[in-house]
Amino acid sequence: MSGYWQEIFVLVGINFIVVLGVSILTGFTKLFSFGNAGFMSIGAYTSAILTTRFNVPFLLAVLAGAILAGLVGYGLGSLTLGLKGDYFLITTLGFGECVRVLFEYIQPVTGGAGGLSGITHYTDFTIVAISVVVAFIFAWTLIHSKYGRNLTAIREQEVAADAVGINTFKNKLLAFVVSAVYAGWAGGLYAHHLTYLEPKIFNLAKSAELTITTVIGGLGSLTGSFLGTCVVTLLPEVFRDLSTYRMLLYGIAVVVIITVKPSGLYGYKEFSITKIIRWFKNLSKRTSGTVEKGA
Amino acid sequence: MFLQQLINGISVGGIYALIATGYALIYSLLGFSNWAHGEVAMFGAYIALTLVTRLSSPFLGALAFGILAAGVASVLNEKIAYKHIRDKGSPTMFLMIAAMGISTTYQNGAMVVFGPKFQMFPSMFDVTTIQLGSVSIGILDVISLITSAIALILLELLVNKSKVGLGIRTVASNSYTASLMGININRYFSLVFLIAGLLAGSAGVLLGLKYSVYPTMGNVGLKAFIASVLGGLGSVRGAIIGAIIIGVLETFVSGYLNSGLRDLFTFGLLILILLIKPSGLMGVDVEDKA
Repeated sequence: MSGYWQEIFVLVGINFIVVLGVSILTGFTKLFSFGNAGFMSIGAYTSAILTTRFNVPFLLAVLAGAILAGLVGYGLGSLTLGLKGDYFLITTLGFGECVRVLFEYIQPVTGGAGGLSGITHYTDFTIVAISVVVAFIFAWTLIHSKYGRNLTAIREQEVAADAVGINTFKNKLLAFVVSAVYAGWAGGLYAHHLTYLEPKIFNLAKSAELTITTVIGGLGSLTGSFLGTCVVTLLPEVFRDLSTYRMLLYGIAVVVIITVKPSGLYGYKEFSITKIIRWFKNLSKRTSGTVEKGA
Repeated sequence: MFLQQLINGISVGGIYALIATGYALIYSLLGFSNWAHGEVAMFGAYIALTLVTRLSSPFLGALAFGILAAGVASVLNEKIAYKHIRDKGSPTMFLMIAAMGISTTYQNGAMVVFGPKFQMFPSMFDVTTIQLGSVSIGILDVISLITSAIALILLELLVNKSKVGLGIRTVASNSYTASLMGININRYFSLVFLIAGLLAGSAGVLLGLKYSVYPTMGNVGLKAFIASVLGGLGSVRGAIIGAIIIGVLETFVSGYLNSGLRDLFTFGLLILILLIKPSGLMGVDVEDKA
């Protein structure tokens, strides 16, 4: 692979890890978070400060960033997950913006609005590839475990889930913490890919982009999230001239998808080869059937 | 100094209130937060600005047309996106996602059409100040304070005293039952979006006059939204009170502490109020919201 495509792969991979987190939270519990860029920011800054100031090994620093994001997620989730729908979304939004403003304010630690530079470029192809595989396998296992089924139950009908004895609060908290850890993890990788950090990289627009990616890919589908990430990350690379229209097109795409086909590209379904083979078999049967009739 | 900050704060709060009441109205009818509402204000401001600078239209006419354009845009958002989603019977959450998409579309549409630059209205009013004892107030602050006060009083009268307002309150109370009683609810939805759009347009124009016009100025909708949450989602009066509290808080934090911390206080207040009293100061029903 040439350097250009490696670069693209690294970007898609990092974005995919955050989107996976959002997908677990939003696609499977229907909780919308506008604060995941904030968790990403926490992971990015923690790991970057650890490697640049304290010479902590890269992987350990990323791990620390992810854990800290998870802990903050646990604290925030414990406080706010009792709130529903809009109210929960607003608190996460407020949290994300608070993180940004705070990081801009505590200049001695984070470099403030001017940014934190001189981060070593550690994130390479192999590390991102391994991270993506691990993140995906964990997410897949989680979704197909008892917890995953609980989450789906909450998504479909929270009151009913509660009534059959699912601890909805605990399960939602689990999904929220996982999404925070994923965001922190990806943030750490991103910091050592970009080698430069600014609080405003992780603004509200970034959080919105993450949710948009999940919606385009399809709520409730992990493979759909991958498709969504590819579309959102790759399209502007393929159509360079369109880069000014990028976000405009995403906005329109979201409105069209949610009004016409709310399930997104791959909503509530997973990509599977056997299903595709079956579809082709049925197709050939159908066409041969009509041929026989015709004859 | 204190009195002056207070008046500035109320003046800013008045502008927030114009947007916040729109949020409250739409929330009380449709039960979702219309994220694209701030962008409607931005749209109105750009239309007015373009008329003034490019086509050199008469100033007040251009402002009025900008406000009207915002109203129309608001209704179009409802007709193009929200109505289809409602007709499909999709969860209200989808309305919110659609609103998010519309907001992204407006912001980036403005970026493409008008460019990312901050643009100013040609100065129409001298930067004179009015002296009241030791307090000096900018003439624009006075104008925006009076405009928002008139608009909000008109809104209060419309909602609480007129027959149309009775209809709005009926649909807000239970749109399904209202439709069974022979009320054309879609007409009321459009009407409410029009009113909200006109109010937002006025806010956009005022903000444009006071500061400048730029593609992401619709983010002020976020402040207004916080105000409407603070006052209790769905309550028009609560939204006005919340907006004034936020406006005053912001001016005081900027004035006495550090303008960089302004947003931290606003969002902190938001999280605090949600944790202590999620229904807000004047929230209508708490049951299914928190």
